[in-house]
Amino acid sequence: MKSSVVSQLTFARIDLDAGLKSASAMTPEQIIDTIVQSGLRGRGGGAYPVGRKWSAAKEVHAQRKYIICNAAEGEPGSFKDRAILSGYAQLVFEGMTIAALAVGAERGIMYLRAEYAYMAGHLESVLAARRNAALLGKNICGLKGVHFDIRIQVGEGAYVCGQETALIEFLEGHRGEPRNRPPYPAVSGYRGFPTVVQNVETFAWVTCVLARGAAWFQSLGTPKSPGLKLFSVSGDCKRPGVYEFQLGLKVAELLRMVGGENVKGVQVGGASGLMIPKSQFGRRIAFEDLPYGGAVIIFGKERDMLEVAHNCLSFFTSESCGQCTPCREGTRKLLDGVERLQRGSCTSAYLDTLISLGESIRAASKCGLGQSSPQAFLSIAEHYRHELMGRRSSNG
Amino acid sequence: MFFTERQQIEQDVETLAAIYGRERSSMITILQEIQRKHHYVSEYAMQVIAHVLDIHPVEVYSVVSFYHFLSERPQGQFVILLSDCIAHNSEEKAAVARQLETELGIQFGKTTQDGKFTLDRTGCIGMCDQGPVLRVNGRMYTEVTADKVGTLIADCVADSATGVVCDIREPSK
Repeated sequence: MKSSVVSQLTFARIDLDAGLKSASAMTPEQIIDTIVQSGLRGRGGGAYPVGRKWSAAKEVHAQRKYIICNAAEGEPGSFKDRAILSGYAQLVFEGMTIAALAVGAERGIMYLRAEYAYMAGHLESVLAARRNAALLGKNICGLKGVHFDIRIQVGEGAYVCGQETALIEFLEGHRGEPRNRPPYPAVSGYRGFPTVVQNVETFAWVTCVLARGAAWFQSLGTPKSPGLKLFSVSGDCKRPGVYEFQLGLKVAELLRMVGGENVKGVQVGGASGLMIPKSQFGRRIAFEDLPYGGAVIIFGKERDMLEVAHNCLSFFTSESCGQCTPCREGTRKLLDGVERLQRGSCTSAYLDTLISLGESIRAASKCGLGQSSPQAFLSIAEHYRHELMGRRSSNG
Repeated sequence: MFFTERQQIEQDVETLAAIYGRERSSMITILQEIQRKHHYVSEYAMQVIAHVLDIHPVEVYSVVSFYHFLSERPQGQFVILLSDCIAHNSEEKAAVARQLETELGIQFGKTTQDGKFTLDRTGCIGMCDQGPVLRVNGRMYTEVTADKVGTLIADCVADSATGVVCDIREPSK
């Protein structure tokens, strides 16, 4: 039985509350400036610069502001947030508190996906310990008049709630349908108040940046994608698990580290990511090349790429919120096309039509879920076309 | 005192509204509690919640029908979900699936006649590195093999099941 590994994480070597201590001695402007200097981008997949989001939320004058931690982690192939929450939850809550100091928020919410509800008890106990230590609650960190507390809201099962505005819709008691942007949540989010929404991992890195300094973080990775990143590695390799790497890492290097050599393809970015064939293993995982949500699924020689496409599209048809037509109808049509391919009854011309439909879905869908839903199919059709055609129907 | 199911629902919703508030944003928590206790959210429950929150029942229905873990039809006491994560080995997963159907005597998407078990598939549940994976009423069972399925179900009945989740292990390097 193969066992899951967790590589040496920086999180294990950060002194608890060193980041918060250094932030509490700074002005909000200095905190945001540190984050800007570090070059930290959102670690959930969207890769939006964190400092920019925070300064937008700080600028707005409002009666109330919110910090939301996105622990939706719905992307198939991603589980690094699970590892962070079970091992380093205090760093996440610390990062949320730092964000609260920076933008002037008094309330925090962690949206925890339903599947991770088994961790809620553990997380509540971490929060309780922080309240006892006066790191949450009234007058935190010995700062008079500075209040911040965090509550946990467990989800009810919806991938789309990983999208920040859909997440806010859920919290407000609605269907998780993404909103039109602008306004961005940093200006008008939960209940219309300025809201900073960041992924679990992002908050943990915020804490590390404040503890170790912007220069340390900035010196790692590539100039456009500074810093470290956690990767969820699964599929056909010797050592699946959670790994920490500098951004800019080549796919081939990653495969060597995890014991996944001699494979057929790697899906970078989970179900919504691209399937990378062997000829492109020299590409780098960084903002400027391959998307870096951090989910890496490895497919060995015996894998059927059509089954992978089918799995991804079944997932997206079931998870589409139904709000916009390209995603709702388009993913169904693509799935139907993949089933035709499986039956061996798809002409080359029809496959080309499916590819152009996929491109339309990518261009015309409203949110990131819809836009990325055809990615797996399109990249498989591009790189593995020779495998897709001329199949014998399974019962014939 | 004898309560009909409807009276029980009314009382439960009223109690929950008193705790969590009568605002729209309290609805999710109220629905979660009703689902947990009654194993589904009936049409009547949706009407009562709508009444208590002063919104139209279709608003409640729109939310219940949207989220995977809120159900409009009665679910079994134990909901067994097999993760469909693509990272898992498909043969191992298929073997577990077949054994589940055999042990329970039902197909995926169905509930046993005694109302004890519901069997279904679910999208990736974040255990990609430890498959095949089952989720039973919130507990995770990792690295499940077909031969473990029988014991696992028996444990559920005895309610002594302990999900095993191994998250942070010592680095092997």
